[in-house]
Amino acid sequence: MAVAEPLLEFRGTTVHFGPVAAVRGVDLTVRAGETLGVAGESGSGKSTLALSVLRLLPRTATVGGQVLLGGADVAGLSWGQLRAVRWAGTAIVFQGAMHALNPVRRIADQIAEPILLHGSDRDVDGRVHRLLDQVGVPARAARAYPHELSGGQRQRVMIAMALACDPDLVIADEPTTALDVMVQAQVLDLLAALVADRAAGLLLISHDLSVLAGTCQRLAVMYAGRIVEHGPARDVVDHPTHPYTQALAAAHPKIGDPASRLAPHGLPGDPPDPTDLLGLRCPFQPRCAAARPDCATADVTLRPAGEHRQAACVLVDRSLGAHR
Amino acid sequence: MTALDTRPGVWRAVRGNRAGLAGLVILAVVVALALLAPVLTDPVALDVTRATGARLAPPNGRFWLGTDESGRSVLLLTWWGARISLLVGLAAAALSVVIGTVVGLVAGQFGGWVAAVLMRATDFFLVLPALVLAIALSTVLTRGLGTIVLAIGVTSWPTTARIVRAQTLTIRTRGYVDRAVALGGGHWHVISKHVLPAVLPLVLANTTLNVAGAIIAESTLSFLGLGDPTQVSWGSMLNAAWTNGAVTAGAWWYLLPPGIGIVVVVLAFTLCGRALEAVVLPTRRGGGRG
Amino acid sequence: MSLLRADDVAIRYGPVRAVDGVTLDVAEGEIVALVGESGCGKTTLATTLLGLRRPDTGRVLFDGVPLPTGGRGLRRYRRQVQWVPQDPTGALNPRHTVYQAVAEGLRVHRIGGDEPTQVREALAHAGLRPADRYLAKLPGELSGGQRQRVVIAGALALSPRVLVADEPVASLDASVRGEILALLLRLRADLGLAAVVVTHDLGLAWHIADRVAVMYLGRIVELGPAADVLTAPRHPYTRALLSVVDGSRDRVVLPGEPPDAARVPGGCRFHPRCPALAGGTARAVAHRCRGVDPVPLTGAGVACHLREALTGSG
Repeated sequence: MAVAEPLLEFRGTTVHFGPVAAVRGVDLTVRAGETLGVAGESGSGKSTLALSVLRLLPRTATVGGQVLLGGADVAGLSWGQLRAVRWAGTAIVFQGAMHALNPVRRIADQIAEPILLHGSDRDVDGRVHRLLDQVGVPARAARAYPHELSGGQRQRVMIAMALACDPDLVIADEPTTALDVMVQAQVLDLLAALVADRAAGLLLISHDLSVLAGTCQRLAVMYAGRIVEHGPARDVVDHPTHPYTQALAAAHPKIGDPASRLAPHGLPGDPPDPTDLLGLRCPFQPRCAAARPDCATADVTLRPAGEHRQAACVLVDRSLGAHR
Repeated sequence: MTALDTRPGVWRAVRGNRAGLAGLVILAVVVALALLAPVLTDPVALDVTRATGARLAPPNGRFWLGTDESGRSVLLLTWWGARISLLVGLAAAALSVVIGTVVGLVAGQFGGWVAAVLMRATDFFLVLPALVLAIALSTVLTRGLGTIVLAIGVTSWPTTARIVRAQTLTIRTRGYVDRAVALGGGHWHVISKHVLPAVLPLVLANTTLNVAGAIIAESTLSFLGLGDPTQVSWGSMLNAAWTNGAVTAGAWWYLLPPGIGIVVVVLAFTLCGRALEAVVLPTRRGGGRG
Repeated sequence: MSLLRADDVAIRYGPVRAVDGVTLDVAEGEIVALVGESGCGKTTLATTLLGLRRPDTGRVLFDGVPLPTGGRGLRRYRRQVQWVPQDPTGALNPRHTVYQAVAEGLRVHRIGGDEPTQVREALAHAGLRPADRYLAKLPGELSGGQRQRVVIAGALALSPRVLVADEPVASLDASVRGEILALLLRLRADLGLAAVVVTHDLGLAWHIADRVAVMYLGRIVELGPAADVLTAPRHPYTRALLSVVDGSRDRVVLPGEPPDAARVPGGCRFHPRCPALAGGTARAVAHRCRGVDPVPLTGAGVACHLREALTGSG
């Protein structure tokens, strides 16, 4: 069986801002028709990772390792090739996308912008209207300004913009933060459906594990610039093995589960600041309730933690025998 | 986080701004000289009846900057003139800033019809030709430094008022002001504990620029003959030079020193003020992480 | 006897009916979650409970007594009912130390006694121990969770009886939220502190609430013990919300968004989006759903014609 080139591949990707390491070695793949979720909080490096795909990081950033789009290293693309790939090959729905709309331009003009930029000006109006239809925004919104739309509608417009040039890969960075639960469900359903329709790939980034579990096939959890757990989404969320994933999952309890009723659990401290990570140790150790003495002295890498699963925790080795 | 305004932060930032630093140094020198005038020189020589030099003599060995129409040393006059110009400039700026800050604070904090009335008054004074009003006041009131200070102070507060009001409105939208109100704090508490400390740095920067304007205003008024006839200031020197035909006599040494003095001091204040503004109103925003 | 009560409260901003007839009781030492999506009026209701806004009709009662209207009376009231805001970073003056932030309330109310001790006690109750370590710190030097604790300590310093928290953990990182929620539970246990927690997060309600009130377009549509409402919801809106949060396959995603509070639909305000009405389950009472506004709840219950018909009572 011939395996097609993955749409996106990170091979040992690192991103440094001077001495600060925002991403410290990530290996991930996204194939056509696949949805991959990346979970993490502030300081995890997830947004930096997303921006590195289209070389959208500031000049102060140094990208190490490889970022392969359709097999080609983005670092080696010429400016013209990069421009062509941006949006037409891979589109990004940014964090806070609702605020990324220009308040003084009409919606239709903004959706048309990437279409026109990538050279095609035939039937632009028709395409814009078809896109709005696909994302479920009423046609009259085309002539409206962003402030006249609701938050959910603006988010749909951002998705329409992302799909405007029929990309092969869509990267969505926190596309549903600040949206209500119901609107969030609508937007995620929409995103998943559109991506499936086009057999495109989707990289979905969020701090909300339940969002990712519902929409993604596979899930990777990032902490302090590294992947600390990886596996099938539902599996990882229902049976997390890394203590950090467990804490993230605990933030969204299963309603009806008596174990979490009146029993909230959180981690002390804050997610680590990339600027003050030193030393060779598991970065999660200061906040880990299950830390062993050797967790403070040796760095911890990903290791097998079950079928199709990996986790960067020494505890996984011990529990592998008992692990489902 | 939000604007850094602790003392060490301000000093460090000003140090980094070379123009501001240059202005500060110039000001330090000028102020030092002005303060030390009675120590380093003999004011007796300012008395017209005791002048010893020749009339309108060009710079020579004895009078480094020449003499005026009464034979007094221009250098001495310039030196002492600095005291008056600085004094009036600072006093007028202080008056203007106090009025402006109070008006701006009250308008920003209370809103409603109070603010409407105050802001319309501000607009009125803003639109009024300040110089004309200052001249009018100076002619009506008794001649003297106090009058000049009053005239300038009363006409230049609107800009400060607007800046202070804008900043007050901004601070009032901050979460910690909501919290102070939820804790039970009243107007006075909010103003004194939260608004004023945030507004003062801005006021300081604005004051510095205000002084520059006040010095020019004082010089103008004195030049027009509205100053205190018994005191020597740079403006009055220019007035004297003009009326005594120094221009036609080609006595450049009488015109240049006060003129350059005004320019240098105003420039120094402006540089400092701009540097302070740059420090106090940071435009950078904290970047996201992750 | 309820501690804090909103009695048929309505708040309007011109044509916008932000809160449209709400009766809610909070008992001593009880945690009530006010749940709903944006625009449902939960924040407006919370602001009114805090005395920061006067209701247009109805009244707010504390210990059975209507809220004072004058400045001084309101100030005394504020000592009893304190606010925990959504964003702790914005709620703390960046130039004030932790000590100043916590002591602010004490100073505003000119509460005598040993201020340093009171501050330390408040910080300790809020989980910042040893308190001395934090006194001189500025907000910028603290983590998000710690800032929220400082804000809570500032509220605790006044020995309130009720905390009104508006999305108290929404601005915090997910892994840190549990700590603050656990703190609220502990304050309830240690100090008998009641709380009204405004949130859109049903999981949060599951974590700490005793009772849950679900709001939609200015009305409470379902009210009852948290365990009941969250595991056996009866109102179609609550059911849809819970099904979506669950992430289960058979979830009900409501179409569109809640309409503008300036144009509340006639009849039952939820009927245009009601899955029961659309799916035919409510055919028997459809004419009432479209024409009759359910009576506002005054206690536990469901504001739904279908439910009424099924149980045979109001």
